[in-house]
Amino acid sequence: MQVVLPLLIPLLTALLAALAMPRPRLQRGLGQLGGVALVLSALWLLQGVMAQGRLSVILGGWPAPFGIELAADPLSAVLVMAAALLALAVRVYSDDHGSSEPTRLPLEQGVVAAAIAITLAADLFNLYVWFELMLMGVLGLLALGGGQRAAEATLKYFALSLLGTLLMLAAIGLIYGATGHLNFTALSQAARDPAIAPALPLYVGLLLAALLLKAGAFPLFAWLPASYHTLPLPLLALIGGLLTKVAAYVLLRLLGDVFVLTPAALLEGLGWLALATMISGVLGAAYHWDLRRILAFHIVSQIGYLLLGIALATSAAASATAFFLLHNILVKANLFLIIGLMILAAGHHDLRRIGGLYPGSVLLALLFFVNAFALVGVPPTTGFWGKFLILREAFEQGRYLWGGVALGVGLLTLYSMSKIWLEGFWKAHPDPERLNTAAIPLGGWLAVSGLTLLIVLIGLYPEPAIRFIDAGSAGFWPASSGGRP
Amino acid sequence: MNERLPLLTNAAGPLYWLLFLASLWVLFRGHNAPGGGFIGGLLAVAASSLLATVRGVAAARRRQWLAPVRLAAAGVVLALLSGLVAPLAGQPFLTHIWWGGLSTVLAFDLGVFLAVWGALTGYIYPLLEEEASPS
Amino acid sequence: MNLLLILTLGIGVAAGVYLMLSRDLFRLVVGLAILGSLANMILFMGGRPGSLIAPVIEKGAEGLPAGFADPLPQALTLTAIVIGFALLAFALVLAARAARNGADPDRLRASEPKPHEAVKPPIEDW
Repeated sequence: MQVVLPLLIPLLTALLAALAMPRPRLQRGLGQLGGVALVLSALWLLQGVMAQGRLSVILGGWPAPFGIELAADPLSAVLVMAAALLALAVRVYSDDHGSSEPTRLPLEQGVVAAAIAITLAADLFNLYVWFELMLMGVLGLLALGGGQRAAEATLKYFALSLLGTLLMLAAIGLIYGATGHLNFTALSQAARDPAIAPALPLYVGLLLAALLLKAGAFPLFAWLPASYHTLPLPLLALIGGLLTKVAAYVLLRLLGDVFVLTPAALLEGLGWLALATMISGVLGAAYHWDLRRILAFHIVSQIGYLLLGIALATSAAASATAFFLLHNILVKANLFLIIGLMILAAGHHDLRRIGGLYPGSVLLALLFFVNAFALVGVPPTTGFWGKFLILREAFEQGRYLWGGVALGVGLLTLYSMSKIWLEGFWKAHPDPERLNTAAIPLGGWLAVSGLTLLIVLIGLYPEPAIRFIDAGSAGFWPASSGGRP
Repeated sequence: MNERLPLLTNAAGPLYWLLFLASLWVLFRGHNAPGGGFIGGLLAVAASSLLATVRGVAAARRRQWLAPVRLAAAGVVLALLSGLVAPLAGQPFLTHIWWGGLSTVLAFDLGVFLAVWGALTGYIYPLLEEEASPS
Repeated sequence: MNLLLILTLGIGVAAGVYLMLSRDLFRLVVGLAILGSLANMILFMGGRPGSLIAPVIEKGAEGLPAGFADPLPQALTLTAIVIGFALLAFALVLAARAARNGADPDRLRASEPKPHEAVKPPIEDW
């Protein structure tokens, strides 16, 4: 029950909210209740995993390799917690955001449920089904904006994401054909069978391509900056925080825990792709002046770090990647929420049309400052620990070029963040009458400061989180505990 | 009212009920034989879309208790609730429990029926409405 | 049988990709639909089609009859078809809406305005 609850609660919230569509106030209450209940259930799951290690349930009580299994180990429990906190923050943030579409809450909670289900899934086909459901939810949210802009952005997103899911489906079919299994545990045993193993790399490569597209890796990230910026802000935070990260998590899980005999060439290629992803993302961000587009491109560059961690392929690297994932979900989403507040207060989303936010609201400046530093990776923030762990692993393996590029990309991230700081906060507002910091609602302040507090706490005292994640990723890449094979 | 097709217009009423009852029959038959909620739901969709084409979408909407999206949501809620009975009895989620001939599977199937009926009519009605009013 | 299936797959994927690359919204959606059915077919072929023996344990029998058809890929394919169908319906509505609002399928630039300056991106007012 512990494992199923974090999936059931947002699903039920979504459905009940759909039933309550004609009654906005009831819907709002449901959203708040569901958000709090989800965080509580994620805490319960976390506590259960801490006490007993890996928890799993097979739906319908079927015997082991046949039923659909949901499982939570420390990695997935931590991610479920992050997703739950993010969902609650987005709920708190948007409650004061005026009236909203009646279909929005169901779609939003559906996306949360799908993201959580993907982290808990221990079965390839179940994974695919939830990816499709997440895609549907996001498509709905994208199309909600109405108008030509939203329709075109949705079409672009739809075409590329559907291609990704189709690749995934084909790969799953081929993997099933080769191994006769879908369950992760059964698959990881089958993948070690010398009669089956030689056929797998091709199929796993196909699956990898699909997941890389979903994660927004180079050169398949075109859908991301083409569509994200048309979303309303709190939703952008939710989707920007969860979507690509979930795909990166699945990559980590499949390569590190299931198909552990991935050939070194595939991982080598992944490493170079990671570098290209980092660089292209950060350069795209450097070009733009639109707050939303800058952060959308930074999603791509952060995915590069995650892919780098996966390409290093040791259990220590897996642990570092998982910690970075936790950091990135929280910080990225929080930055999106903060620029939402900036846009509300300054009246525009283009850096050339805003300014004067530092004298306008020191608190907002402070919140941005902390989160921007966390994104860049300045000690002692979560970003520092995440990058430090990944880079240490890269240098220990003698990957100096990979580590060096990652450091350089950190500098360019600092450039983007200081651009926002100088243009948005420091410079005087070009049209002072539009600057109105009183426009920021209480819910916005609450959500953003709550998340920031959590980020600062984890940054100052990362030991428990790192230890917990370490325990979960100890089994990843079992053959390579002492470095690359 | 579609004037060009008098035969279809007049047959639509009885045909609707025939299709709808058939959909229910398939739903319950699915218990031990081919059939079930999904196929039953599709038959119900056929009935509703027949009515919507002949007598207009509004007439078809009146025959459903809830708006399509809400009907679908109610169906999935019912299916999930049927799966939640098992954890109360200490078994994994979605394990189905039987009391003689009655079982939670029936509630699950009914949920699937409603979900399919609601979701697909939710797609079809807007498309038909768009057809009816060229902008 | 296998050769036939593989040829169908190859020709179908070629047709789907060709349509997907076309600069016409409707063809794009049709191309995706074709690719979708072929992905379903690959999934279906994962179960090694060819057996006509239903995977049903007869009354009194101890286990499944020898050479039974694998029911799992069939169930998975059915699920994938349903999901794919819902997505396709959504895409058609979307493409119809975009086309009716006068989308230019050659460019689809409504959400990406042209820059006024050579170096800096445009300022978007929405």
